[in-house]
Amino acid sequence: MLNYYIVDMEKKFLKLNDKFNKQTSLFNDLINLFEENKNQIFKNDTKKISEVRKQALEKFSKSELPTLKHEKWRDTDLSKTLSKNYKYYFDAEENNSEIGKTFKCVVPQLDSLSFTFVNGWNTFESELITLEDGIIIGSFSDAMKKFPEIVEQHFAKTFQPEKDFFSLLNTSYAQDGFFIYVPDNVNSQKSIQIVNIINNDENIFLQPRNLVIIGKNSKLSLIHCHDSVNQKNSFTNSVTEIFLNENSNIDYYKLQNLNNQSTLLNHTNFYQNTNSNISSNSISLNGGLIRNETCVEIEGEGCAANVYGLFLMDDKQHIDNHIFIDHKKSNCVSNELFKGILDDNASAVFNGHVLVRQDSQKTEAFQSNKNILLTDTAKINTKPFLEIYADDVKCSHGATVGQLDNEALFYLRSRGISENNARMLLMYAFAAEVINKISIEPLKNRIDDMVKKRLRGELSVCDQCVLHCGTPEKEIDFEIDLSKI
Amino acid sequence: MLLNIKNLHVSINNKEIIKGLNLGINYGEVHAIMGPNGTGKSTLAAAISGKPGYEVTKGEIVYKGINILGMSPEEISWEGIFLGFQYPVEIPGVSITNFLRAALNEHREHQGLKPLTGSEFLSKLNEKKKLVEIQSKLTNRSVNEGFSGGEKKKNEIFQMAMLDPTLSILDETDSGLDIDALRIVANGVNTLRSEVNAFLLITHYQRLLDYIIPDFVHVLYDGKIVKSGGKELALFLEKKGYNWIKEELID
Repeated sequence: MLNYYIVDMEKKFLKLNDKFNKQTSLFNDLINLFEENKNQIFKNDTKKISEVRKQALEKFSKSELPTLKHEKWRDTDLSKTLSKNYKYYFDAEENNSEIGKTFKCVVPQLDSLSFTFVNGWNTFESELITLEDGIIIGSFSDAMKKFPEIVEQHFAKTFQPEKDFFSLLNTSYAQDGFFIYVPDNVNSQKSIQIVNIINNDENIFLQPRNLVIIGKNSKLSLIHCHDSVNQKNSFTNSVTEIFLNENSNIDYYKLQNLNNQSTLLNHTNFYQNTNSNISSNSISLNGGLIRNETCVEIEGEGCAANVYGLFLMDDKQHIDNHIFIDHKKSNCVSNELFKGILDDNASAVFNGHVLVRQDSQKTEAFQSNKNILLTDTAKINTKPFLEIYADDVKCSHGATVGQLDNEALFYLRSRGISENNARMLLMYAFAAEVINKISIEPLKNRIDDMVKKRLRGELSVCDQCVLHCGTPEKEIDFEIDLSKI
Repeated sequence: MLLNIKNLHVSINNKEIIKGLNLGINYGEVHAIMGPNGTGKSTLAAAISGKPGYEVTKGEIVYKGINILGMSPEEISWEGIFLGFQYPVEIPGVSITNFLRAALNEHREHQGLKPLTGSEFLSKLNEKKKLVEIQSKLTNRSVNEGFSGGEKKKNEIFQMAMLDPTLSILDETDSGLDIDALRIVANGVNTLRSEVNAFLLITHYQRLLDYIIPDFVHVLYDGKIVKSGGKELALFLEKKGYNWIKEELID
């Protein structure tokens, strides 16, 4: 069922309504909404940015709402998400900044700086912060005011925002998000942690917009978390653009721990210059519907793009990982590894598309997706896909779908490891391949811990944390503590 | 009597494999079960160990005076029965050390003992490693992953030594072993052999029995023990082959 949005100007929110079911209504209404709130949206914009937004809206109005009929969306059904009403705020809610100010995510031994967003709005005390080594961090809206040239130069300049329905919508509307600028020759030892918290009494729709620019010979480690505090409906349409200049590096971690009523469309767009390296790792522990759409444009020689992911889903959760890697230059390597465990009625999609263009000789591209289905009702649609036009390349792809190995299970049990523990041990061993790719040791330990908790059916939250993420559906009796082994 | 199997019938997918088997094992004894392929040797081992899918339709398996039918594989392991696999399973991602520590601590918990501390566990590990001449590196590797045939079987005996069972069933432990590995495996068994435990060796060939001298040899044919004797029966079988049994049965 298609829906449309109506606006209540006084309260400045947006509702999704199912009274009308013509797509034109939806678009007209969204465009009206944009017109009516133009001043608020454009408040911090430069002329150029406003121009980009208008163009995006123009394109958006000509694009089609994704349904199961679209090839890229045939296994991810948004109709449930779109049949609900959501509030949309054009301004930060005052009462919500409190949680952002008091919230601290403390990962033991992790040298990090944490920034919190609540419902898509920043909750920082100061506008933009310049760290000792010159890194500038702050909100996207402040960056537009302070560094208009940098933002103009990069905003909506990656590939995806030009084509994708939800990215265009985000480009048109987005008002806040994080901005990170790493100058040349900065090798930061600190990790930067961005925590997006959803804390809502009513259903909300939010569109964070993030921009990261890494200078020549610089390195950034970034941890990007999506968490929810309560069990209300939410719909997040997030776009992150990451630009890597020559010889730069990013270690990027996405940690997703949302309630079962949440939808997260998470677009990550990388733009790689010569000799730059990406290591991206998405750990999806909970969420109603998560779609990670990752695009990598390799625009220089000698680049490496490592894109990893782990997803552990149960109940009726749905996870979709869409990866597109565009090898535009020669002598580059890309490597995809996604592993998932699905329980109950959970469903998943893996779609890895690697394009090796004609001149991109000496490309190496590898894709792997492995899945374990614990029940007959869990489901995965996997499609590793290589599109190769160059002739001197080394590429491989593969996907497996299986159950826990009964022979292995019996082997462990015959040694006296009880069935639940044996299952847990096998699942953890399966997941460990992705966890071991995490190069920041304290973060690895924490995620390791959260994955174990998740597999045991406990809440995958840290001790003393206010976040109350997924609700485990069933108790799993688990007696030995593997962390002590 | 440590183990007393009475009139055992076992089916897999409704096909009867064991058809009325009787076997008694006392403390301190080593029994060997021999027989041609497909006569139910491995099925017997799996049924005693409680492997899912092996349906006991009749009879009982009494171990230390308790009928263990219906017990889970882990419970049977806690009671002190060990199964050495014919084809040890590769488990990528689980290191031998972690796996054995988890197993050992569950055994201890069952016995009402505290878990071993890290150093207690390590000293036990090192002591038992020597027994089967296992290289130190091996225990940090994933269980059986990429192991040679000989390493896999040595690892089985190593696990047996760590868990210190009362009854060890070794299913074709000699298959795929070169003569050096065979000697090491046999030496492990001979060292552990005592008056307070017992062994059931399942083998196709007499070769293993040159190294581990059995007290009793049984011939399994078509799901039943058709002949029992001392160690000389194995030599006789080696010379005459299994066809001799078939002919004798027909007569």
